[in-house]
Amino acid sequence: MNAPLLKVEGVSKSFPGVKALDDVHFDVSRGEVLALVGENGAGKSSLMKILSGIYVKDAGTIYLEGEPVEITGPRHAQDLGIIIVHQEMNLMPHLTVAQNIFIGREPRVLGFLDERRLNRDTAVLLARLGISEFRPTDLVENLTVAKQQMVEIAKALSFDAKVVIMDEPTSALTQTETDTLFRLISELKASGIGIIYISHRMEELSRIADRITVLRDGKYIGTRERTAVTQHEIIKMMVGREINENARPATMRADNVDDVVLRVEGLSTKKLLRDVSFELRRGEILGFSGLMGAGRTELARAIIGADRTTAGKIFVNGVETTISQPAHAVAKGIGYLSEDRKQLGLLLDRDVNTNILLSSLGRYANFLGFMKTGPGKGTSRKYVESLRIKTPSIFATTKNLSGGNQQKVVIAKWLARDCDILIFDEPTRGIDVGAKEEIYRLLNELVERGKSIIMISSELPEVLRLSHRIIVMANGRITGELTSNEAEQEKIMDYATRISQ
Amino acid sequence: MSKTTTTTAAEKPVGEVTGPSRGSFLRDRLQQSLAFGTLIVLLIFFSLASSNFLSWSNISGILLATAVIGILAFGTTLVIVTAGIDLSIGTGMTLCAVVTGVLLVNWELPLLVGVLGGIATGALMGFINGFNVSVFKLPPFIATLAMMMIAQGLALVVSGVRPIYFSGVDGFKEIALGAIIPGLPNAVLILFLTGIAAFLLLSKTLLGRYTFAIGSNEEATKISGVNTGKWKILIYTVAGIFTGIAGVVIAARLDSAQPQLGVGYELQAIAAVIIGGTSLMGGRGSILGTLIGALIMSVLINGLRIMSVQTEWQNVVVGVVILVAVFTDSLRRRREA
Repeated sequence: MNAPLLKVEGVSKSFPGVKALDDVHFDVSRGEVLALVGENGAGKSSLMKILSGIYVKDAGTIYLEGEPVEITGPRHAQDLGIIIVHQEMNLMPHLTVAQNIFIGREPRVLGFLDERRLNRDTAVLLARLGISEFRPTDLVENLTVAKQQMVEIAKALSFDAKVVIMDEPTSALTQTETDTLFRLISELKASGIGIIYISHRMEELSRIADRITVLRDGKYIGTRERTAVTQHEIIKMMVGREINENARPATMRADNVDDVVLRVEGLSTKKLLRDVSFELRRGEILGFSGLMGAGRTELARAIIGADRTTAGKIFVNGVETTISQPAHAVAKGIGYLSEDRKQLGLLLDRDVNTNILLSSLGRYANFLGFMKTGPGKGTSRKYVESLRIKTPSIFATTKNLSGGNQQKVVIAKWLARDCDILIFDEPTRGIDVGAKEEIYRLLNELVERGKSIIMISSELPEVLRLSHRIIVMANGRITGELTSNEAEQEKIMDYATRISQ
Repeated sequence: MSKTTTTTAAEKPVGEVTGPSRGSFLRDRLQQSLAFGTLIVLLIFFSLASSNFLSWSNISGILLATAVIGILAFGTTLVIVTAGIDLSIGTGMTLCAVVTGVLLVNWELPLLVGVLGGIATGALMGFINGFNVSVFKLPPFIATLAMMMIAQGLALVVSGVRPIYFSGVDGFKEIALGAIIPGLPNAVLILFLTGIAAFLLLSKTLLGRYTFAIGSNEEATKISGVNTGKWKILIYTVAGIFTGIAGVVIAARLDSAQPQLGVGYELQAIAAVIIGGTSLMGGRGSILGTLIGALIMSVLINGLRIMSVQTEWQNVVVGVVILVAVFTDSLRRRREA
């Protein structure tokens, strides 16, 4: 009983070019909630993946109930009683709730699946957890994101768990759902399960954490009793310096205030968006805040014509414009920088030059379609220089650049295409802390040069720091608008959680 | 006592399938219902157009013509539900037929050995496909395209580029043309039996559940602790067994193993699967749909032939039907998105 339930000692993990974890240690006891906090890229996810058997650690030891264990795979982790609630959805949308929860452990009679028992066991499990929002036979693809998250949690809790790891479990949940989750967590605690809770929502930590361990840049920074530490101290440990929470964007030039470059009126889509209207001015950074699933990415996709709209008008520079596909948006000077850079923003296997010129290739071809290489290279070099893209040459493969520099390549691509309105979806996701500053500086430079930016971001400090105005969305609608002077985290969260309307 | 109460209370919502679920059930079955409706319309149309169409001999001819494509399509349904594809089933079937021919005619082995040898050949090809896809991470298209060409070549090599005739082998052609149930050719019986087997496999067994799971979200399935690689090998192997059965059936039906045959069968089988509402994107599909898809194709070809439409035009019509089927599927998906 003296040995901690789970103990991690000296764990390291490297990927090509990055040391994701460097000599990390922590432990969690029975009936305890250990909060693991750190900025994006601090190494939380890598640590989780090691504990759940998806990654193999390079060095270090993991002790479970005092015994050293080598976790060989996801199944092995489950068998050991280390259960994980993943942040990204790890469900099979075409299967039912019950089929998802018991995947890999299906009850069988004479070799055939016992669907009745499967549904009954699931119903019992859901009843035990007090989840009544969906039924075992519902198809997961028909559930909302929040309900799918509840399925994930129910799945995790259906195991004989010793340790439950939760990765940002509340990021898509409403207040009520979060309360349900916290009730579940206290039940788990009472039954002697150890919980590793990953989050960067400070207010949550003060509700449920017993101890808080901080990681930064893959390194262990420290562990504190929750009662003996203030939020401010924890934030300081996370970022490694005093942060000025009151940093605000430079004021916009006064002559731009009436220069509306993009006006959206009453935009709706069949699935989510309802009557969304806003204006974007020249030289402005307009922040879009909200919880996951609030409809921000959907709004961006609707504006650029990637998804069909059911109602609404879009005016570019005061002229009503029909944008029914992304090519139209580009022609009107609207560039969209997806949050999923690697999938939707870049050809990772090609060189920087190709990526920068990708959207404007037509300009560098002669009338027969053959490429004129000279002028293109000139353009690429210009942007590599002006955006300070760190690359050995414009012919380096984009895959080998750091996240921050990849993001800059995407920006260069849209600048090369003369886009004046740039929609950034999570511009610093997956980018190191240092490189973030660089991206922030770049965004500010862009608006100073007269570009206009819509910035969708889930990181409140980022929104607060850069945005001249902040629009908050919830459930497909705009629930609030704040100027940078009146904006603060609490107000934004208040608007963001106004789900019922 | 309290346990009983919980169970009863919890059981209630399970049986209670109300509004939204039924709606989505219909939507999920839309493609299949459309296919079934199409089949009925075709049957009515052709029976009005030609009095011979509804005769038992013609219907049994249609079913017989469906047998080989149908059996191939059942196996490949499993593969397509995993979001994979199997191009090797056409020429693979031919190789299985040739192997059976060599075993029975050239080596004069017992009937059962010949039949099992043919089926085992299919299983081995499927296993190799699955192994290449799972272990060497080859895209299914490439892995099975290679196998398609290997099987085509081997069928010619093994047979010596000549048809193998089974005339001396007692009882072989009865496998397809005999009638254990009077009036119903055995090939048709085998079609239904393999259909039932495939249905049970896909909807009632672990293999079927993981087939859907892999097609729906392979990464999530793997993270859930399912050895997806192992199951994919098994799924391709099962598809190979169906290929082997089809090989034996076609050999028995023709009373010969024709090494030149086979190319094009894979595309017809895949077409039947798609018409039947199985999604090429994976995660969605059914054996009943595939059977209906295969029937639509042979009813079309048979009906057009009875109406004296030229073969060339028959192909055009089948092509259009495939386009329409895939179009309705994409319409449905767009509405969901």
